[in-house]
Amino acid sequence: METSVDSFERLLEAWRGQKGNVIPLLQKTQELRGFLSNEDMAGIARATGKSPAEIYGVATFYAQFRFQPAGRHTLKVCHGTACHVNGAESLDTTLKMELGIEAGATTEDGEFSLEKVACLGCCSLAPVVMLDSEVHGRLTGDKLKKVLRKAKP
Amino acid sequence: MSAVTQLVVGLGSCGIAAGARQVHETLVAELSARGLKVPVTATGCIGACHREPLVEARTAEGGRFLYGDLDSEKVKRLVAEHVAGGNPVEELLIPADYPFLARQRKVVLANCGVIDPESLEDYLAVEGYQALRKVLSSLSPQQVIAEVQASGLRGRGGAGFPTGLKWSLARASRPGKRYLVCNADEGDPGAFMDRSLLESDPHAVLEGMAIAAYAIGADEAYMYVRAEYPLAIKRLEIAIRQAEERNLLGQGILGTAFCLHIHLKEGAGAFVCGEETALMNSIEGKRGMPTLRPPFPAERGLWGAPTNINNVETYGNVPYILRKGGVEYAKFGTAKSKGTKVFALAGKIKLGGMIEVPMGISLREVIFGVGGGIAGDKKFKAVQLGGPSGGCIPESLLEVQVDYDSLTATGAIMGSGGMVVMDESTCMVDMARYFLSFTQSESCGKCTFCRMGTKRMLETLERICGGQGRMSDIALLEELAVKVRLASLCGLGQTAPNPVLTTLKYFREEYEEHIREKRCRAKQCRALIRYWVIAETCTGCMACAKTCPTQAAVGERKKVHTIIQDKCIQCGLCFQACRFEAIGVATGEEAAAITAAAAAEAPVATPMGGAA
Repeated sequence: METSVDSFERLLEAWRGQKGNVIPLLQKTQELRGFLSNEDMAGIARATGKSPAEIYGVATFYAQFRFQPAGRHTLKVCHGTACHVNGAESLDTTLKMELGIEAGATTEDGEFSLEKVACLGCCSLAPVVMLDSEVHGRLTGDKLKKVLRKAKP
Repeated sequence: MSAVTQLVVGLGSCGIAAGARQVHETLVAELSARGLKVPVTATGCIGACHREPLVEARTAEGGRFLYGDLDSEKVKRLVAEHVAGGNPVEELLIPADYPFLARQRKVVLANCGVIDPESLEDYLAVEGYQALRKVLSSLSPQQVIAEVQASGLRGRGGAGFPTGLKWSLARASRPGKRYLVCNADEGDPGAFMDRSLLESDPHAVLEGMAIAAYAIGADEAYMYVRAEYPLAIKRLEIAIRQAEERNLLGQGILGTAFCLHIHLKEGAGAFVCGEETALMNSIEGKRGMPTLRPPFPAERGLWGAPTNINNVETYGNVPYILRKGGVEYAKFGTAKSKGTKVFALAGKIKLGGMIEVPMGISLREVIFGVGGGIAGDKKFKAVQLGGPSGGCIPESLLEVQVDYDSLTATGAIMGSGGMVVMDESTCMVDMARYFLSFTQSESCGKCTFCRMGTKRMLETLERICGGQGRMSDIALLEELAVKVRLASLCGLGQTAPNPVLTTLKYFREEYEEHIREKRCRAKQCRALIRYWVIAETCTGCMACAKTCPTQAAVGERKKVHTIIQDKCIQCGLCFQACRFEAIGVATGEEAAAITAAAAAEAPVATPMGGAA
């Protein structure tokens, strides 16, 4: 069976020499590993002929990249304009009480990572959250609690 | 009586979020249970997001019956009564003269919600790729540019630069390698036009790009899409593959010497990458920071080569222009703003969704005509255009017409198409704070005034919303706004002060009330409000106590509850939970009185008015 080390090496090989390959490599690595470790960023630096500092500089510029493992579920709370005027902040309060964490953190049991995002583009259903890849709209505190309960094992 | 021959389910992101996949599954299961062989197909965004999930039943004679607000039970009725029985279910139908749909004029969105976005055959059946065919067989690049110039099309990303002129500059640039870029990094919060268009009609955008590439002489193109739009990315991948298989993209397109390879690039979550120079840096694999213009992309763009960059909607207009002619297109709109504009209508609006209206229509007509007015029949306060780069327009200016120049004159901008409607329960100071917190966190940090100036402006706004404002703060905001605008390199910084400037211009009294009277008339700023229980209407149902996250709302069953002010964080969950209008919200003097009364009493957790 192919180990994740092998797939990472294969990934570097597949993108070697292609122009503009740094961000796709970071994205694919995060997909593979769940986050970006210093070792993997050093590997990307070697494969692209750039310095580790440059790779780290690119990775930290973009909000998408994580440097710690994420929880089993990722919950993105939309803070777009429509969600803001329709009560996204009170969803934050509910989440803080239910999960005990704020945006950017992961629960101690490793179940949920909480993120604050600018806009999920489902403004007509505001306020919305995205749990993993599914959008839940027209939320209230109670509906959000139900969404969380369904996701818990 | 005509039989239903096709059922079409709206499967855009919004529809899916509203439950369209379950509707799709139920529909298929019901049909097969009844042995009905009616094909069920998918389409993208039908536009009426407020009525999702949507299903359209089509008949062989071209009849179209649009059903909205569907769930499994309603789908079963639809199958039993309309598909099997032949009688449309009147009470579930969205009427053909539904104002939301009837008042629009669809050019860019013509195929959205009509064709299956994952089917090239569907696109070809609605004159798809006819424009490209015509261009490659009978027009020179110069003639294509002339046609686009005649159409008067201006950039739909928000700035409104004439598209034909942009193409001619790229064409006239030095010979050699050239690139074409499509900016699909739709970052404005409250905007989803590009996502919907890409999810619903990806081929139209690809066709527009191919025509543009031919016009400027590019053989390689990049489409830079936000990573938050997985469905759009998936459908684009499918569309590019289909077009290449049919020789509509790739090598030797349609038997000519013209070649075009389109690469998909996923963004990585940086708002500033919507700025063209930052976007190109990001494609090159660098930090997405803007660079000084000139040189403009037409001269020095991607990897130093001449580059033309347009927004999704701009390319989406191109096939129509080349098919019907620039003059025909220019019949829509005003003297200086031709064509139509797509808006994402959201916020406190009755009928929200994706709409397309001719330029020149008044804002009032868009909001009250197409959008049906304010949700819950509350009072209109403002409409926000252009997201963090735009501004809030008050009721007194609702007659202003939708065109680039008229909107700019108000202090707002056309923007990319986000239109968020606000009612009396929206605080304008809080709106300014909200947008500044967005631009401040998205500033790339290159220019000092954008990096630090927006931070100081945000702190000032937070102070005002937090009840700590000083009258001198208003002058401070105005001074910083001018400096940030003048001393920032790119659009992000130059336009970041707009939400503050327009709210100060049209809603100055709200700022003054926050500062002088500690009063937030919209009752949104948490530091300036206090919640209390209205004893006369409280039934002791315990809904507030159950939902309160800090155990501030307390009381016994069937007895009047109370809110312990020391524990209350003003989150408003009790207000939302109460079904008896028994939670009051106070601000200004009233709030101060509640705080004073609470301080005077010992904070005991026993409910008051035990005899009630």
